[in-house]
Amino acid sequence: MRPMVYLKNVVTLAHTPELCNGCGVCLSVCPREVLQRLNGKVGIARRDACIECGACQRNCPQGAVTVKAGVGCASALINQMLGRKKACCTVGD
Amino acid sequence: MRPPRLDQPFVTGVIETAVGPVPRVSQVFSTTDRLGAFKVRWGIRRMQYRVDAGLYGIGEPTAESPVFVTANYKLTFDLLRRAIASADAWILVLDTLGINVWCAAGKGTFGTDELVERIEASRLAGIVDHRKLILPQLGGPGVAGHEVAKRSGFQVIYGPVEAEDIPLFLERGLKANEAMRTKDFGFMERLALVPMEVVPAVRSGLLAAACLFVLCFLLGGLSLSKALEWLVVPAGAIGASILAGAVLTPVLLPWLPGRAFSVKGLVMGILSAFSVVSLVHGISMLETAVLLVSIPAMSAYLAMNFTGSSTFTSLSGVRKEMRFALPLEIGGAGTGLLMWIIALLGG
Repeated sequence: MRPMVYLKNVVTLAHTPELCNGCGVCLSVCPREVLQRLNGKVGIARRDACIECGACQRNCPQGAVTVKAGVGCASALINQMLGRKKACCTVGD
Repeated sequence: MRPPRLDQPFVTGVIETAVGPVPRVSQVFSTTDRLGAFKVRWGIRRMQYRVDAGLYGIGEPTAESPVFVTANYKLTFDLLRRAIASADAWILVLDTLGINVWCAAGKGTFGTDELVERIEASRLAGIVDHRKLILPQLGGPGVAGHEVAKRSGFQVIYGPVEAEDIPLFLERGLKANEAMRTKDFGFMERLALVPMEVVPAVRSGLLAAACLFVLCFLLGGLSLSKALEWLVVPAGAIGASILAGAVLTPVLLPWLPGRAFSVKGLVMGILSAFSVVSLVHGISMLETAVLLVSIPAMSAYLAMNFTGSSTFTSLSGVRKEMRFALPLEIGGAGTGLLMWIIALLGG
């Protein structure tokens, strides 16, 4: 079965080719195969699959990948709106 | 930073090293470990399910053995321990406050600073001759590999997403293929998360039912039998919503239409509402409308809350979904409540 994909055209992921040296560390940390190497150059191949986890940005030594990282969790946002501190973390393992 | 205690139940002895004793962990996944895992799945003492941070060994590790880095949530630690049960290795446990790798990386507790400090505190450089650390790939959002290398001299190698792929990863010379690099969200994984959705939903549901019961009791002239009779419709609506939104939607997620979780929950809620209506007899038109409006709304809300447990949602996406879904969910539940009160007063 194909992996599930969330909403279209919402994520904040951006890649700046001018800063990219093609080291490819972003490819090895992305859990969603969003970034791919095409003709030797790294680029965004599956934008809508991005979950904004921020792993690519954190591990890019060149600052070529940027994203507003966060957790896609409605109950955390609701708790935030209600002024409660309780975060959201039920991802099993 | 204290070294890990030796009296933890999974520690079977010590390994003598150049810089002192290191606890050796059991290669056996015991009944106690199984029972503990079952309990935390149901939310029992989940935040206290921890192991001490620091360095451990498994098997007969030497100065050449690989070093695996993990979180101090015991469920996570046990997944790693089981995956490498037949290997000789070192395990460096970071203090993530008892939270799994992915969530802790998002919060930054499974992070560059903690890793660098833990390497120093455990005197790892005096124990192994190589300078490589194998991290779970999902630690990536918190750890900047290039910074760790600069500050500690250790090179970060991202291992597979799932611990169970580690033996193959080692066999292939520390290389992961695409399948090991991607996070899926299979049927069994979704099923395992259902209790964590149901427990808080039932708790809120019981609280709501109790409040409605008091309302029925007061409106029905302090008659217990009348109050219980009136409570049937809202209690049924709450129960059907929990079943639809917190159980069936997570389990059937890939097969339900729509991309937004609330849309999937709405569809499941509509199906569930019509099933309930076709099963019950002797209720008024207005009460039927209460069920048809409130169940889909509450189911959509509960389904939306599953975004946090899923593995493919983004913060921007959830914000967008909430902007259109939350007002409709609150509106639907509110309309249901209002119609129900009107039905009570009129009937």
